[in-house]
Amino acid sequence: MMWLIFRRELRVAFRKGAEIINPLWFFLIVITLFPLGIGPEPQMLARIAPGVIWVAALLSSLLAMERLFRDDWQDGGLEQLMLMPLPLPAVVLAKVGAHWVVTGLPLLLLSPLVALLLGLDFHSWQVMALTLLLGTPTLSFLGAIGVGLTVGLRRGGVLLSLLVLPLTIPLLIFATAALDAASMNLPVNGYMAILGAFLAGSATLGPFATAAALRVSVQ
Amino acid sequence: MWKALHQLAIPERLYGLCGRFIPWLGLLSALLLVVGCVWGFAFAPADYQQGQSYRIMYLHVPAAMWSMGIYASMAIAAFIGLIWQMKMADLAVAAMAPVGAVYTLIALITGSAWGKPMWGTWWIWDARLTSELVLLFLYVGVIALYNAFDDRRLAGRAAGILVLVGVVNLPIIHYSVVWWNTLHQGSTNMQQTIDPAMRMPLRWCIFGFLALFATLTLMRLRNLILIQERRRPWVAALAQKGRKA
Repeated sequence: MMWLIFRRELRVAFRKGAEIINPLWFFLIVITLFPLGIGPEPQMLARIAPGVIWVAALLSSLLAMERLFRDDWQDGGLEQLMLMPLPLPAVVLAKVGAHWVVTGLPLLLLSPLVALLLGLDFHSWQVMALTLLLGTPTLSFLGAIGVGLTVGLRRGGVLLSLLVLPLTIPLLIFATAALDAASMNLPVNGYMAILGAFLAGSATLGPFATAAALRVSVQ
Repeated sequence: MWKALHQLAIPERLYGLCGRFIPWLGLLSALLLVVGCVWGFAFAPADYQQGQSYRIMYLHVPAAMWSMGIYASMAIAAFIGLIWQMKMADLAVAAMAPVGAVYTLIALITGSAWGKPMWGTWWIWDARLTSELVLLFLYVGVIALYNAFDDRRLAGRAAGILVLVGVVNLPIIHYSVVWWNTLHQGSTNMQQTIDPAMRMPLRWCIFGFLALFATLTLMRLRNLILIQERRRPWVAALAQKGRKA
């Protein structure tokens, strides 16, 4: 059943390709803005690269976040999903998984290009790809709670970022710390373990909070 | 005891009870704050290292302590509201949130005013300062979410969920910000390391801020109850009585 929801979500997403592509362009444009604003010196860029990449990833994933439940809520599909015999947290898990495949995974695929633009070496790129691999699903799970709370509101977009961004601060800190450590050739296992712990925690608790939020929104 | 608790769920009873507590709590907080502040600002000895400027501690420490305490009590109220579906608990969350946000703001402002002469800078990206700032963001998020809903009952429940998500995240945020090098002094272990002559006024101020928080919350709670129940006969009767007097 979860697999069916997952496949349905992917099918719906690929029919409206622009909604997937636009946040990616946004990600690239934000990253292009920083060298233009700060100056093209490679050392400086390599120094600020971790923060720039992660802030851009946070913002672009927020842009894509809203479509997680919005369309289903507008056409009534969400009520049907809630009426299914499958528990609501499982539905949320499947939907967030599919959402990550269309929004988080492309960021990972773009990461070599970004590493090239910001002058990172191969080892730094590997660590960056790992932090994105562990961090973007956490972002999706945290964002899903916010979307669940704001989906019924008319101007939910700004509010969503207000609610979700403070919660993502630990993720930002540890991901950029890992990248910093990698640029100095220090071990990064500890940071990866913490990012993995965030992922495990948000993947197990997040769907329940999202389900509770959706039950409040759909009434 | 359960019966006494269930009485609290009746808006009219709660309104009356709050009304009875407010004058006493108000008096208590005024007494504690006046004694604590006058003692602290005028009579406590000056610090051998920081001179007179340490005195802002009498506002900063209580505000910072209760900014966390209020969030914790909001989380308890939100939990009660979510599990036992008590509408009044959700209202209490909404009543506490702005008080907590203002306490956090007081802690930040007095802290930066204290930091200027001591550290030579208004703001530093230190762990405690940053987590206090994030706490302010969480408060603002709760208030914004509560005001975004048209239906008051749904607003209370949504804000409750957000408060609970925040309270799970708060320790994580705090410990992740602790990673940066910290300029802020460590905890004083319940003020044991402070000289007794300075400690007593601080404790008066701490309890004064607590009483003030309780007073303000009950006052806000009364207003929120009136707004939510404005179509009920007892509120109409109350308004009628107020018009005649």
